[in-house]
Amino acid sequence: MDIINIIVCVLLFSGLFFLTGGAVGILRFPDFYSRLHPAGKLDTLGSLLAMTAFALFNLHHFSLGALLTSLKILLIVVFIFLASPTATHGIVDAGVRAGLAPWTKGEKRR
Amino acid sequence: MSIDQKWGRLLDKQEEKELGNDHNTSKVENSDRGSWRRKNFGLYAVTFFIMLGVWAILSGKFDPFHLSLGVISCAIVSYLSADLLRPSVRGLLILLVRWVPYLLWLMKEIFKANLHVTYLVFHPRMMDLIDPKIVKFRSKLEGDLALVTFANSITLTPGTITVNVSLDGDFKVHAIDKASGEPLPGEMEARVAKAFGESDG
Repeated sequence: MDIINIIVCVLLFSGLFFLTGGAVGILRFPDFYSRLHPAGKLDTLGSLLAMTAFALFNLHHFSLGALLTSLKILLIVVFIFLASPTATHGIVDAGVRAGLAPWTKGEKRR
Repeated sequence: MSIDQKWGRLLDKQEEKELGNDHNTSKVENSDRGSWRRKNFGLYAVTFFIMLGVWAILSGKFDPFHLSLGVISCAIVSYLSADLLRPSVRGLLILLVRWVPYLLWLMKEIFKANLHVTYLVFHPRMMDLIDPKIVKFRSKLEGDLALVTFANSITLTPGTITVNVSLDGDFKVHAIDKASGEPLPGEMEARVAKAFGESDG
């Protein structure tokens, strides 16, 4: 068993864990605003971990082509980190503009 | 004040600021602009090499034909767009040196906060634990870029989403529970201030 394979597996499974958490959170949280917390951000860390695993696995047989592909995969992470908070903020802003009041403790879930 | 009015005010203020900064270049036409271009040649070089690097990664072909295509298009784009990048090369490097420790710290915070939200998500009595609130506070930061970085960092760390920022630094943050909302502004603001050199101001 290769040490790189172990690292890749650990990264993939932890990424999967956070992505699952994001999906479950969207279903469980009570309202629009609180659902955005897992939707917008657990995904960010989950995809960061998963993409790092892909990039590492891709470098297994080292060559220039493989290195370029790995760098491209890491570029995806950079763009996710720029786009994800911006999109989340845009969605929250849309909710505030539409006049939706946030859920507070004690109310029924929506 | 409605949100549209706020935006209008924000845009006006920004325009004023930019015009103020550009005092020497915006007034005079081509001749002055040319001298500005010659003075800031390093800025073009930095833009050019960053773009060429991205080109090389994305194309993956290193034969003369494809590389020369890249050089030509990067030169054209950097010639057209370096005007938009106001900071000097030295300022850019200083910002980079200060930013790297901040980004590392932010990654650590993101990881910790992610674990916290995942814990909330999988907790059987999640509805009792969460207590969403809109937290309002006033930030001491002054620069536009510092405020934007602070707002985006708040959104990136789970448990908190920036709802609104005013130009004066009034923040409205939606926090999922008490533990997420309480540390604001706190340490993160101090670190952003340090990264932008505002710590003593």
